[in-house]
Amino acid sequence: MSAIKTEWLSNVKGDILAGIVVALALIPEAIAFSIIAGVDPMVGLYASFCIAVITAFIGGRPGMISAATGAMALLMVPLVKEHGVQYLLAATILTGVIQMVFGVCKVAKLMKFIPRAVMIGFVNALAILIFMAQVPHFVGISISTYLFVIATLIIVYVLPRFFKAVPAPLIAIIALTAVAIWGKVDIGTVGELGAITQALPSFLIPHVPFSWETLQIIFPYSISLAIVGLVESLLTASIVDDMTATESNKNREARGQGIANCITGFFGGMAGCAMIGQSVINVKSGGRGRLSTLVAGIFLMFLILVLGGLVVQIPMPVLAGIMIMVAIGTFDWSSFSYVRKAPKSDVIVMLTTVVVVVITDNLSIGVIVGVVLSAIFFAAKISRIHVEHDSINEADESINQDVVYRVKGQLFFASVEGFVDAFDYEVTNAKIVLDFTDAHIWDDSGVGAVDKAIIKFRAGGNDVLVRGLNDSSERMIHQLAVYRDPNAGLKSH
Amino acid sequence: MYSHLLLAADGSSNATRAAIAAANLISAMPECRVEVLYVIDPAKVKDEVLHAQNHEEIEYNRRQKLMPVQEELEKRHITYHITMINGEPGSAIVEYADQHEVDLIVIGSRGLNTLREFVLGSVSHNVVKRAHCPVMIIK
Repeated sequence: MSAIKTEWLSNVKGDILAGIVVALALIPEAIAFSIIAGVDPMVGLYASFCIAVITAFIGGRPGMISAATGAMALLMVPLVKEHGVQYLLAATILTGVIQMVFGVCKVAKLMKFIPRAVMIGFVNALAILIFMAQVPHFVGISISTYLFVIATLIIVYVLPRFFKAVPAPLIAIIALTAVAIWGKVDIGTVGELGAITQALPSFLIPHVPFSWETLQIIFPYSISLAIVGLVESLLTASIVDDMTATESNKNREARGQGIANCITGFFGGMAGCAMIGQSVINVKSGGRGRLSTLVAGIFLMFLILVLGGLVVQIPMPVLAGIMIMVAIGTFDWSSFSYVRKAPKSDVIVMLTTVVVVVITDNLSIGVIVGVVLSAIFFAAKISRIHVEHDSINEADESINQDVVYRVKGQLFFASVEGFVDAFDYEVTNAKIVLDFTDAHIWDDSGVGAVDKAIIKFRAGGNDVLVRGLNDSSERMIHQLAVYRDPNAGLKSH
Repeated sequence: MYSHLLLAADGSSNATRAAIAAANLISAMPECRVEVLYVIDPAKVKDEVLHAQNHEEIEYNRRQKLMPVQEELEKRHITYHITMINGEPGSAIVEYADQHEVDLIVIGSRGLNTLREFVLGSVSHNVVKRAHCPVMIIK
């Protein structure tokens, strides 16, 4: 009970003010992301309202803002184009179900397996895709289109230096929409791309046939949306954790995202997730508790009910300018020094993630390819095994002498080949020592490789001594090795 | 002379310069309590989280940034302690100084020209303008 009180009421004034600021900043983004997805602005606005309100109650990270996002919108494009918005709503519900299952399975723990190189690639690819989605809205249309984009960029970057109370993107929208209306500028508007309904969202069941075929269509999209939504949400939660020096429940967040998307789909909204940029705005504006997220959602809906009619008049290039700002803010600019300084394999993983996403237009494929690639790099790195060799008398190898091989590294299925080939089996009648002080034997293949090497040495009449095994390696050898049987031959392998 | 000195540090070379100057000053007032303050700037948190695998690594990277400052103080055998707080650097430093009865703030200046200061904003100017105690800016 006291936890509920702290999460909701410990920062009432700050939360309400920050929530209002976030709502103002959310409107342009919710509209722009709807346009990216190819649906009416209402789909993104309803989504932002529902998701914000629901996650306020059941999310795992107080103070984090979830709504319609660019990452999710980009994934929906082909679905909307080929099958229409009803399938998108069905996919949104299924996304929620998948995320709830993930949450119950404590999938947040898996996040630690996503290397930072993949996360850096993810945000960079996201920034590039958001930018590219804007290009058709301002390139080669008209001079006035370019002027509106430039004016927007100047307002959003310069104005916050002097005036911070109202988010600059909203000021750009209001000022430039006014200019377009009164100046009678001939320019593309939001209204040409979709309609605004000044009504609260209502419950509806998506108009799709309940069939196996429908599931086949929406499932690939839902699984992508579920993965990307959780990746971005959990990254955002970590950022908010760090900014506020508090901790949060990641599994509860995953479940909360799932419930939010599920309900949103039934209320005509598109799938969403946590937003890095808006959450940072919230915390910077003083938002800390659940109340800030709730206020953001409710105030957003209120504004649309009151001012919805004006939204259709917003010039498209102004939204494009705001999205360019979002893309610039999303991109990780320290990537340039990262590419120079980070280990080569990390850089390759990061760039591969970006390239795969840009080619496939699918962030989830990029994440999966990135994770697999870095796992391969990791396996390759850890499977490098070194065998150092010091012999007491290099010159004369034919007589009985001590040869010591020091094995360094991890001996398992991927490293056995390098291990067996590392020895010189030409030696005969020598006393050979295999020193495993700096090695660890992990599996049957490892034990088999030790057997193989020893039996090969014995074939040359050498005497082999194994030493320095750590306890768990010793146990493996004890249970599995055949070399302890003096009659063992290579045939047994 | 002063009883509680606050040395603002952000891991830049300006902060190291400030540490050298502060160390000279502190040597002359052995009774003074020395606090190194690192402000976690919300604008940089995204980068820091993105470039670290987990929370421990983020903290480690921040501690790493303070190493040059610590070295300068340790060279002069100065006892100090480190505090990390969240907030916009300028206002967070001032607020912290007010709350903890700091009587001298030492801070490095990036030496930005007029244009860059207009775009980026100057933390040290901000602190000078709003602090309620003496501020020493190290150029």
